[in-house]
Order: sequence, then structure tokens, then C-alpha cells
Amino acid sequence: MNLLQQVLDGLSSGSVYATLALALVLVHRSTGIVNFAQGQMAVISTYVAWTLYDAGVPVWGAIGAAIVLSLVVGALVERFLIRRFEGGEPLAAIVVTVGLLISVNGLVSLIWGTVLKQFPSAFPSGGVGSGSGGTIGYGTLGTIGALLVVVLALNWLFRHTRLGLAFRAVAANPESSALLGLPVGRLLMLGWGLAAAVGALAGCLVAPKLYLAPEMMDSVLTYALAAAVLGGLNSALGTVLAAWFIGVVENLAGTYVSFVGGDMKIAVPLVLMVLILLLKPEGVFGHKEVRRV
Amino acid sequence: MSTLELRGVHAGYGKAQVLHDVSLHVGDGSITTLLGANGAGKTTTLRAISGLVRSTGEILIDGRPIPSAPDAVARLGVAHVPQGRGTIGQLSVDDNLKAGALLRRDRVQARADLRRLRELFPVLGERAQSQAAGLSGGEQQMLAIARALMGRPSILLLDEPSLGLAPLITKELFVLLPRLRDEWGLTVLVVEQNADLALSVGDHAVVLESGRVVLTGTAREISGHDEVRRAYLGN
Repeated sequence: MNLLQQVLDGLSSGSVYATLALALVLVHRSTGIVNFAQGQMAVISTYVAWTLYDAGVPVWGAIGAAIVLSLVVGALVERFLIRRFEGGEPLAAIVVTVGLLISVNGLVSLIWGTVLKQFPSAFPSGGVGSGSGGTIGYGTLGTIGALLVVVLALNWLFRHTRLGLAFRAVAANPESSALLGLPVGRLLMLGWGLAAAVGALAGCLVAPKLYLAPEMMDSVLTYALAAAVLGGLNSALGTVLAAWFIGVVENLAGTYVSFVGGDMKIAVPLVLMVLILLLKPEGVFGHKEVRRV
Repeated sequence: MSTLELRGVHAGYGKAQVLHDVSLHVGDGSITTLLGANGAGKTTTLRAISGLVRSTGEILIDGRPIPSAPDAVARLGVAHVPQGRGTIGQLSVDDNLKAGALLRRDRVQARADLRRLRELFPVLGERAQSQAAGLSGGEQQMLAIARALMGRPSILLLDEPSLGLAPLITKELFVLLPRLRDEWGLTVLVVEQNADLALSVGDHAVVLESGRVVLTGTAREISGHDEVRRAYLGN
């Protein structure tokens, strides 16, 4: 394996972290809550995709259906569970999302069991380049490409559509937005729905690399949280760059720094997160909240 | 333009009852001033109308009861510029204005309204791309009012527009009110501490004391009222 391959593999893992991290940022921006169940919700979405695939649906169709279903379920979770905790004690909201994580984990084990399942890749096997340079897998490139599509789509939605403006208004000031006639509740539902849909994509991207299991997203969530915090929890661009950085550093450290190796890889982003929080609590790309008093 | 009527409205926060049996009538196309000391319930009256505070009793627009959710009230044509202005600091001036028109279907007309408002408040055009948080207090108040007008409301509720503004700017804003009322077809209910100024541009006035209506009349009657002069006008 040469350096380029290592970097691209890191970018590929980083893209998965980034996708889940974007879901975290979506939820945090709209409702001010860090959804610790985001990864677990992605797991159940991935199981749904697997079930559809197992029943004979083509892989892209299965993933697409799971994404749409997640959008609906994510919206319902906001409406019927999270709604009453918005704007309240942050700790209460954290306890609720952690409770949701544990419940969904139990539900997945109950429905699908704990035996690992093989999830098909949405991309063809093989890759480009050969010989001394090694090959770069289509899966690696496809994962990075999928993230870029998500980023561009979200950017377009938020910056260039009326719906996106409504989202930004509600995220910044729900009361003012209601006074403008914006349906705040429905927009927050849609925010959670979109996050769940993006999370579902993350799950379906990572599942072929690992095996499908109830705990599949635990480490991804750790990295995604690290990326979201590094990115400042509000900036999509910052989050993606941070996630790529984490993916690459993790991969290179695991390969080239002997005492880190495969087992200690997961510690690298956490150490980074602690350092950043010490030095720059608002994140590398976050902006300090400026308030007039 | 519309008429706004409150009949026997009670409202409060939790167990603290603020409004007791408030009844008032804001005539079609009038500017009505709501006066009263701090804590008299002026802001709560506006918040009850726009659904931000739960209330009992009847609140009617053109004789029809209003819905209870704030967004539904807004969609009925009630624009509420709250105390502190409620502009969205993180959004640009332009985005704030566009957010005010998000629910309109007549987009061509909405763009024309935006141009009109930029002519009326040139600073909103000059600083279109700046973050709203960077505007001065007076500019933010202009933005808040312009954003409210972008929704083409029939009723405008203004909560202490003078708060934190220099006297001259406050005066400019108030002098503008009758013109806005005429050009945009508004019925206006304005809460104001600066009673003299508010009464000078208003048609009618309502005085609240401890959550009850104690006086109503034309602006001229109220400003000539000895008790009111002693209590609110400082002479």
C-alpha cells in the first residue's frame, strides 16, 4: 500500500464520518440538540435496506427506500419524542437521545438478532490504476463521491431555496419565525427527517466495509462527534474537512506510527478533540456567538 | 386593513395572571396606542393577540375568532414586531426581508414590495448582504418593520419601537407610521413608553393599569386627560 492509497482510504472513511457528522450538525443547528442516537438510527435504516435487498430488491433501490423511510421516521421521532425537550434542559435532551440509542439498539437485536450480516456494496468491485501504484477501489471513490453529492445538495437546499431560508430562520430564532408565519414544528420535523436520511446513507456506505451488526455505527458515531465538534457543530464545510482530517490521520497513524497500530487508531481523533476543546472551544471552523446585550 | 377586537381577555404566564378581562377595539385603519406603566400588561396584550401567550376570552379579527398558534395568526395577516425587534442576527438583511415574505404566493408583487421598502429605508438596500446583527438599533428597527410589511399584513402590532433608540430616530419612526398605515393598508396597535410621541401620531389610545383597561378614548382626549398626563406624560 502506498501513501496515496492510504490517504484516499482515509478520505473514504472520513467521508463516512462526515456524512453522519452532517446529520448531527443538521439536528444541532435546527433544534440545538446533539443526537447521540443518530448512529443507532442509521443502523436500523441500514438493516431495513438489508432486509429489502435480501428480499430481492436491487441494492440502490433498497438503499433509496431505506433513506426515504428514515426521513419519515426521523420526522416522527422529532414530533412525538424530541419536541417536548426542545429549548429545555440540555441534559434532559442528552438523556433522551442516549435512551433512544439504547432502545433502538435493543430493537435491532430483537428484530434481526446479533449475528453479523454481509451488506452489499453499492459500488462495483475493482478499481482504477494498477501495477506498482496499487489500485484505488471504486468503493473508496464512490464513498467520497456520495459525500460530495450530499454536501452539494444540502448546500443548494440551505443557500438557494425558500425552504432552506425557512430552515435557517427557524434554527436561528424559532419565536421570530413563528411570528412570520413559518410552520416551526413542521420545519423541525423535516430537519430531523433529513438528518435521519443522511444518517441512513452513512450507514449504507459503511456497512459493506464492516459487517452489519447492531453496534456497527458506535465507532463511526465517535468519529462523527469528534468531527462535528472540531468543525464547530454548526459549519457543514468545517465538519467535512474535520472528518476528512480525522479519517486520514487515523489511517496514517495506524499504518505508520508503530505504537498506535490498529488497536489504538480510535484514540487519535479523541485526543484531537480534547486538544481542540482545550485550545479553541468554539471549534476550528465554528463562530463564536455574538450577542447584543 | 382589518378591525381587531378583544373581549374579556385573560392571559398570564403559569399561575401569574397578567391580563384581567381586557376588552378593546382597534378600528379599521386606525393607529391605536396602548399606554401603561411597566408591568401593566401591554406586551402581554400583544403576545396574547399573536398567540405567544395562551389566553381566554375572545380575540376577533373582522369579527372572526383567531387561531391559537402564532404561525397561524401570522398567516391571517397579523404582523408582530416584538420588543427587541426579533430580527434574525445570523441572517443577512436581505434574508431577513425574504423570510418575511416566505409564505406569499404572489412572488412578483413581493419583489416589488422589497424594492419599495428599500426606497423607503435605503440602508436596507445598501447593507443587503450584511449580517442583521451588525446593524445599529435604529436600522434593526427599520428592518423589523420592513420585514413585517413583507408579509403584507393587515394588522401591525408594534412593541416599544423606541426602546434603545435615540430620540430623533424614534421621532422619525413615529412620523412614518401614518404614512405606512395609508400606503400599506394597515391597522396599527402600538405599545409605547413615550406617550407624548405615540399620542401625537395615534388616533386612539387605551390605558392599561395592572392588567385592566382603565381608560379608552381618542388620542386627543387621552392626551388632554389630567390623570394620564400626571401618570405617563410627566407633567
